[in-house]
Amino acid sequence: MTDVALGQVAGVPTQIGIGGIQVLFPEVSAYVGTIAALREAGFEMCVDLCAVDYLGHPGRTLPADVHAERFEVVVNLLSLSGRRRTRVRVQVPEAATSVPSLFDVYPGTEAMEREAFDLMGVRFDGHPDLSRILMPEEWEGHPLRKDYGSGRVPVQFKEAPGPR
Amino acid sequence: MSEPEDLDTHLVERPEWSATETSEGTQELFKRSETDEAELGRQSGAVLRLPEGPVLDPSQIDFDRPDDETMIVNMGPQHPSTHGVLRLMLELDGEVVLRTKSVIGYLHTGMEKTGEQLTYVQGATNVTRMDYLSPLHAETSFALAVEALLGLDMPPRATWIRMLMGELNRMSSHLMWMATNGMDLGSTTMMIYGFREREMILSFFEKTTGLRMNTNYIRPGGVAADLPDGWEDDVAIICDTVLARTFEYDDLLTGQPLFRARTEGVGGLTAEEALALGVTGPILRSTGVPWDLRRSMPYLAYDEVDFDVVVGTYGDNFDRYSIRLNEIRESIKIVRQIVEKMPSGDYRIQDPKVTPPPRGRIDASMEALIHHFKMFTEGFKVPEGEVYSAIESPRGELGTYIVSDGTSKPFRLHVRAPSFVNLQVLPVLLRGGLLSDAVAVISSVDPVMGEVDR
Repeated sequence: MTDVALGQVAGVPTQIGIGGIQVLFPEVSAYVGTIAALREAGFEMCVDLCAVDYLGHPGRTLPADVHAERFEVVVNLLSLSGRRRTRVRVQVPEAATSVPSLFDVYPGTEAMEREAFDLMGVRFDGHPDLSRILMPEEWEGHPLRKDYGSGRVPVQFKEAPGPR
Repeated sequence: MSEPEDLDTHLVERPEWSATETSEGTQELFKRSETDEAELGRQSGAVLRLPEGPVLDPSQIDFDRPDDETMIVNMGPQHPSTHGVLRLMLELDGEVVLRTKSVIGYLHTGMEKTGEQLTYVQGATNVTRMDYLSPLHAETSFALAVEALLGLDMPPRATWIRMLMGELNRMSSHLMWMATNGMDLGSTTMMIYGFREREMILSFFEKTTGLRMNTNYIRPGGVAADLPDGWEDDVAIICDTVLARTFEYDDLLTGQPLFRARTEGVGGLTAEEALALGVTGPILRSTGVPWDLRRSMPYLAYDEVDFDVVVGTYGDNFDRYSIRLNEIRESIKIVRQIVEKMPSGDYRIQDPKVTPPPRGRIDASMEALIHHFKMFTEGFKVPEGEVYSAIESPRGELGTYIVSDGTSKPFRLHVRAPSFVNLQVLPVLLRGGLLSDAVAVISSVDPVMGEVDR
């Protein structure tokens, strides 16, 4: 299924990004399968996972058969043995902002998925503890979304009691 | 802003009693009977549920251990050993730690969101405040990402100045770690020593950049200013002094029986666990994985200098200590080579698109004044695209992911903070250890909370 030398996965559209890096664009349904195949191919570490809100910037360059959605989950994988990186970008529609969790493939994505959920509101199905990680528990909304205005939110904690 | 029913964030069902606030905030670590099995395993430090890896024996997790045998205590966020505002929830059996959950976010100021409001010219001032112990590395990572989007090649002197400042910053960061780690283990002498040496390096930063920390020195397009006159002598004095003093640390700590008893065999980690958790930097190298981005995937001009990658064996506190101590010596080695090889020439790229006109021309030319004004109000436009650039910071892989939509501000700025990811090893390192060692273990992970929370 996987071309080890190139880090390509059959049936997944691919693009060459800046710096010659391989960027894969699987469907949400093929997301975990692609990552697991890449892990088999020697990408031992998931260094980074984040989400991007493309609201207001829909015309980005994508492979021909990839339909641009509002959200994107970006996963950066690293192969220590091959000294290479690869990137996986999944299009996540606004109507169903959820993707399967990578927790079973790379346990180290736990905190990063919580962060993406907290700040961008993308749900990760199968995550053991999907709750806010950086923002206060009772916070409303997801601050890194483009429709979440900055400077609009009133100052928090202003009614907190003074020094005890 | 139309938010659907998305507002409820507690996807994990929270038991009713947990809503009661403790004096430090909500209860975060639940009773065993009320915790999901996967989460229970995670809090117990079971990371390897991969089919081919060694799987944690479920009998070790004690799913049905009675709740009245253990005690859940809160440590932090205000605790001198947590290096900032890290809060840990610990489940204890006597003095033995069984489960750990770290609670972060007390220093969250939305710097990634702020980064979207700042132009690329201003961006370095933002990222430099994330990891306040190694600000120059964050700036380098940001600058390299922007330059990759622009497709610029830096003049050699700019590259070598970045390496020089980066290695000095690595020394100061590790010295700071030696100081606080000594403090956590009860050696106030080490704390004073570490701060003393670090101050020398920070004085050099002040001389070069104008500021001791948060320097905004390395910017897209080069560095802000050339090195000051006589910098070779300053750097030589720093190298000689710090190198001589690392041998004093050997006398003070490395060979000292008490120190070794507190660190050897404490907080062990295997290479498989480290890789599965995405751990990088000295913690990964302490497990025996020779992975250093300066060597493995060279950036700047690290392929032109000679240095050793320091690797440990057991992944315990002592390995992490000796790796950082020896990395100071390796950095001195690199700095001395940089002093010898420093090329002459421009310290920033002579590309009017990203470089403001020199001060002298602003007084003489109206066009230069307009150009300068536009550069610092509107910034420069960066072509559309996305890029991830990673460098080896003192704490591990520091990556910057930038999405550009062709304007002068990043569409999305994400920083892969090494401390944030490295914190996930705490349940593994603390499990089965003593509460009194927890302080030393947290210190050996070297988290910088400004970078964790961003």
